[in-house]
Amino acid sequence: MSSFWEYANPKKFMQTSAILLPWAAGLAAVCLVVGLIWGFFFTPDDFRQGSTVKIIYLHVPSALMAINIWIMMLVTSLIWLIRRHHVSALAARAAAPIGLVMTLIALFTGAVWGQPMWGTYWAWDPRLTAFLILFLFYLGYLALWAAIDDPDTAADLTSVLCLVGSVFALLSRYAVWFWNQGLHQGASLSLDKQENVHDVFYFPLLLCIAGFVLMFVALVLLRTRTEIRARRLKALMARERMEA
Amino acid sequence: MIALLLRDLRLAIRSGGGFGLGLAFFLILVVLVPFGVGPQSDILSRIAPGILWVGALLACLLSLDRIFALDYEDGSLDLLATAPVPLEGMVAIKALAHWLTTGLPLTLAAPLLGVLLNMPLQNMGWLVLTLGLGTPALSFIGTFGAALTVGIKRGGLLLSLLVLPMYVPTLIFGAEALRRGSEGLEATAPLLLLAGITAGAISLLPFAAAAAIRINIR
Repeated sequence: MSSFWEYANPKKFMQTSAILLPWAAGLAAVCLVVGLIWGFFFTPDDFRQGSTVKIIYLHVPSALMAINIWIMMLVTSLIWLIRRHHVSALAARAAAPIGLVMTLIALFTGAVWGQPMWGTYWAWDPRLTAFLILFLFYLGYLALWAAIDDPDTAADLTSVLCLVGSVFALLSRYAVWFWNQGLHQGASLSLDKQENVHDVFYFPLLLCIAGFVLMFVALVLLRTRTEIRARRLKALMARERMEA
Repeated sequence: MIALLLRDLRLAIRSGGGFGLGLAFFLILVVLVPFGVGPQSDILSRIAPGILWVGALLACLLSLDRIFALDYEDGSLDLLATAPVPLEGMVAIKALAHWLTTGLPLTLAAPLLGVLLNMPLQNMGWLVLTLGLGTPALSFIGTFGAALTVGIKRGGLLLSLLVLPMYVPTLIFGAEALRRGSEGLEATAPLLLLAGITAGAISLLPFAAAAAIRINIR
């Protein structure tokens, strides 16, 4: 039984991810195509919301991913700070822009849905506000990565930011509940069956969520691989300059 | 440590800028708001708590990059880091000095500016209380942001971007406590939460800031 930590070795990571990447990408494509087509064309309209209900196939998965990607960055940042595995820091860096885009998709689809349903694109609702704050955290995290030249210093500082930022993001989430009562409906998915959306919407939604997760995995693998290759290239060029 | 505190205070007051800048900004903001929203006193007194809190927050933000930038440039930060004083304590003193030169004057000046915004006199106690409880948190959070960006040339914009979302809970609880207090509602809950954020920021963030400085001067 091999240890999970052997993927901290970039060579081992490259080997395994090369096998995983096409599978993740292919499965993501299948899940998304089937899930979205099923959701968009083969589910009935909601009797109150009409066809606008179908935006949940994009809105719910992207919102779910936006939060979970930050948690994944938190874990990889911790691994980097504690065990100093470069692949971990690179994975956190690779995940951040995807999280930013997921937050944007969730905010945008929510605005598009909110206009006909709530009569407004934006309301200072707790969930919406918490997402806006999360968006700012992603933006700051990426800007800090971009601003520092030395890769190890950048990885260290962004990891510290991610840890402290997580505490404040969580704090903000509860602070905004205190500040304003919500317009947003409760959870669409939960382990408590009573709260779930109806089965007709439930299964295509699950498929879309699986598609989003797989797409995220594929993109992170791809971006991490690119970053590892870029670093190898830099090291090679540095060595050549030394020898010349 | 006390010598360091006195040094920071002296530098902030004498070099001009640092000390007066925040206050001047706060004054300008409060004077300009009535021109922007109109002189109706009922509107002004309703938005006064929010304006004063946002103004204090922005004034605080303005002077953050001075906390470490000058010391980093002339090398005294390296000396402070290798001094026998723990770096965490040094950072806490720096944050305290920042609060004494921005947060405290802002808190004391706020009642005067509250009069300009037509705040009733009996609410001034709430204003001073919430700002006095909340501005230390702003200084300590800002010190952490400044420690993260100390190695970056012209990191002012980045610093604001990093610190802004972290200021949200403090602002929410501070402004909410002030609003509820002014309207005669029960304000204990937001006040306690505000105090909790300040206590947490003072006790924990110096460690994070010191870690960031160690990385930056490595």
